[in-house]
Amino acid sequence: MKDKIIYLAREPKISACYTVVGSKESNGPLGQLFDEHCDDDKFSKDSWEKAESEMQKRAFAGALKKSGFIDTDVDILLAGDLLNQCVGSAYGLLDFDIPYLGLYGACSTCAEGLAIGACLYSGNIIDLYGAVTSSHYCSSERQFRYPLEYGGQRTPTAQWTTTGAGAYVVGSEGKVAISQVLFGKAIDMGITDINNMGAAMAPAAIDTITRYFEETGHSPKDFDLIVTGDLGYEGSEILKDLLLGKGIDITNNHTDCGLMIFDRERQDVHAGGSGCGCSAVVMGASVIPRIERGELKKVLFIGTGALMSPMTLFQGGSIPAIAHLVRLEYRGE
Amino acid sequence: MDKQEYKEYVEGRMKKSPILKNCFHAFLMGGAICTLGQAFLELYMVLGVERATASTLASITLIFLAILLTGLGVFDNIARLAGAGTIVPITGFANSVASSALDTKSEGYVLGVGAKIFTIAGPVILFGTMSGVLYGVIYYLVTALGG
Amino acid sequence: MWLLNYLWAFLIGGAICVIAQILIDKTKLTPARILVSYVCVGVLLTAIGVYGPIVEFAGAGATVPLTGFGYAIANGVKTAVDQQGLFGALTGGLTATSGGITAALCFGFIASLIFSSKPKK
Repeated sequence: MKDKIIYLAREPKISACYTVVGSKESNGPLGQLFDEHCDDDKFSKDSWEKAESEMQKRAFAGALKKSGFIDTDVDILLAGDLLNQCVGSAYGLLDFDIPYLGLYGACSTCAEGLAIGACLYSGNIIDLYGAVTSSHYCSSERQFRYPLEYGGQRTPTAQWTTTGAGAYVVGSEGKVAISQVLFGKAIDMGITDINNMGAAMAPAAIDTITRYFEETGHSPKDFDLIVTGDLGYEGSEILKDLLLGKGIDITNNHTDCGLMIFDRERQDVHAGGSGCGCSAVVMGASVIPRIERGELKKVLFIGTGALMSPMTLFQGGSIPAIAHLVRLEYRGE
Repeated sequence: MDKQEYKEYVEGRMKKSPILKNCFHAFLMGGAICTLGQAFLELYMVLGVERATASTLASITLIFLAILLTGLGVFDNIARLAGAGTIVPITGFANSVASSALDTKSEGYVLGVGAKIFTIAGPVILFGTMSGVLYGVIYYLVTALGG
Repeated sequence: MWLLNYLWAFLIGGAICVIAQILIDKTKLTPARILVSYVCVGVLLTAIGVYGPIVEFAGAGATVPLTGFGYAIANGVKTAVDQQGLFGALTGGLTATSGGITAALCFGFIASLIFSSKPKK
C-alpha cells in the first residue's frame, strides 16, 4: 500500500501560541496557563457567535504580537470552528490583512490547520502561516443541541464544549518543529448517540494511530506523549483498550485534551471537554510550552473530530469521525 | 470489528445513567411540582373559582413560575438534577417555550423569537391536537351510530 | 382529608415522572419523543375513560404532568362534539388548552424582552 505519512523536508516551527478561554476553562486545572480569559463568556459582544469571533480575533492578534511579526508578514491563515459556514473564523479574522482559508474538520480543525500549513511550508510555497481554531459552549449548544436555558439532563458519556480559541504563528523560528503529518480518513462505525461523541471518534483515532505505527515501524514508547484531541473519558478508554488489542500499548503515555481542560468531578462535565477550541487551547497553553522547555522531546498530536450535523442526525444518520496526526519535536540547542 | 460488534462493545462498556438516583430525584421534584399545583388549585377554589377554571389557573401559575426561573437562569440547573421531574410537568413545556424564546432573541423578534418559539414545544401541540381530532371523530361516529 | 389530596397529588405526579425518567434512561427515546407520547397517551387514556378517575382523586397530580394536557384536549373535544357535532372535533382541543398555551406564549415572549440566555458554568 502506498505510504500516506508526509515527511516534511523543510520543518516549520511554532513561533508563538496564544490562547483565549471562557470562565469555566479558566477555573479548570489549566486555568493559570491560558493567556486571556473572559468571565462572562460574552467578550463584550451581544451574541454568542460574535463572542466566538471575538475570541479568534484576540487569539490571533495575541499570537502575532508574541511572535513579533505583523499581519502582512503572514502568507496564509488556516482557520476553522464549529459554526455553520465557519462564521466564527470568517468574521473573527476579517480585520487581518492576510489571505484566509476556512477549514472544517470539526474538533480536529486545530491539527488540520497546523498540518496543511506545514505541508505548504515544507513545499516552499509559504514561509509563515497562522492556524486559528475556536469553539464556544453557548454557540455550539444553540447549533447542535438545545437552547441554553433548556432544562435537560446530560448522560454520563456527554461532553462539554470548550469555550476557547487557540492561535499559532508558524514559520522558521521556534523550538517546536512539525516533522511529520498523517491525514485521517473519515470513519463511520455506526454510532448515532450524540451524547457519546468519544465512542464515535475513537475508531478514527485508532485508524490513524495504527496506520502511523505500521508505516513508520515506531512504537508508542518512542514518544514522550501521545495526545488526542477531545475523546474524553469514554473515547480515551476505548482508544487505549482497542489499540492494546492490536498490540499497540499507549496506556502509559497517552493523554487527551478533553480530560486535561476540566476537572471532571468538580466541574460536572461528565466525560470531559470537547470542541475544536479544546485541543487548540490545551496544546497551545500546556503541551507545546512543555516541548519548548524541552520537557517533552517527541509528541504525537492527534486531533479528533466528529463530522455530523443536527440534520444528518435527525435523518437517522450515524456520526462519521476523523483524526489527523501531527508529529511535534523539540528542536532546541 | 464490524459496526454491529463495535456498537455492542461501546454499549457494553458505556457508563450507564444512574437510574435509581435519577428516578428518586424525578419522583421528588415531579411530586413536589404537582403538590404545588394542588396548593394553587385549592387556593383558587377557596377564592371562589370553579374547579375546571381553578385547575387551568393552577397550571398557568406553574407556567409563570417556570418561565420566571428560566429567565433568571436557574431552571436548567434544577432540571439537570430533576430530569423528568421537571420535564414532564407543565413546567417543562413552559421552559421549552421560554428557553427557545430567550435563545433566539439574537436573531430578532420576528424571525428569531417568533419563528423559533415552538421549536421544542411544537411537536407536543401538533400531536396532542391531532390525537384530539382523531378522538373527536371517533367519538362522534360512535355516538352517532350508537344514538 | 385535605392532606390526603396533597399526598395523592405528590405520589401520582411523582410516579408519572418516574415512568418518563425510566424511559429516558433505558430507551433511545429523546425527551421530545417522550413528551409527545405522553400527550397522546393522555388523550387515549381519557378517551377510554381511565384518566378521568385518576384526575378525580389525584387532582393536580394528574393534571399538571403532560398527560394532563392530553386529558384537557380529550375532555374539550368530547364536550365540543356533544355541543356542536363533528365540528367540535376541530375546535374542542385547542379551546380547552388555550389558557395554558397562550400563557406560555405570552410569558415566554415577555421573558425574551426582559432576560437573555446566560453563560453556563
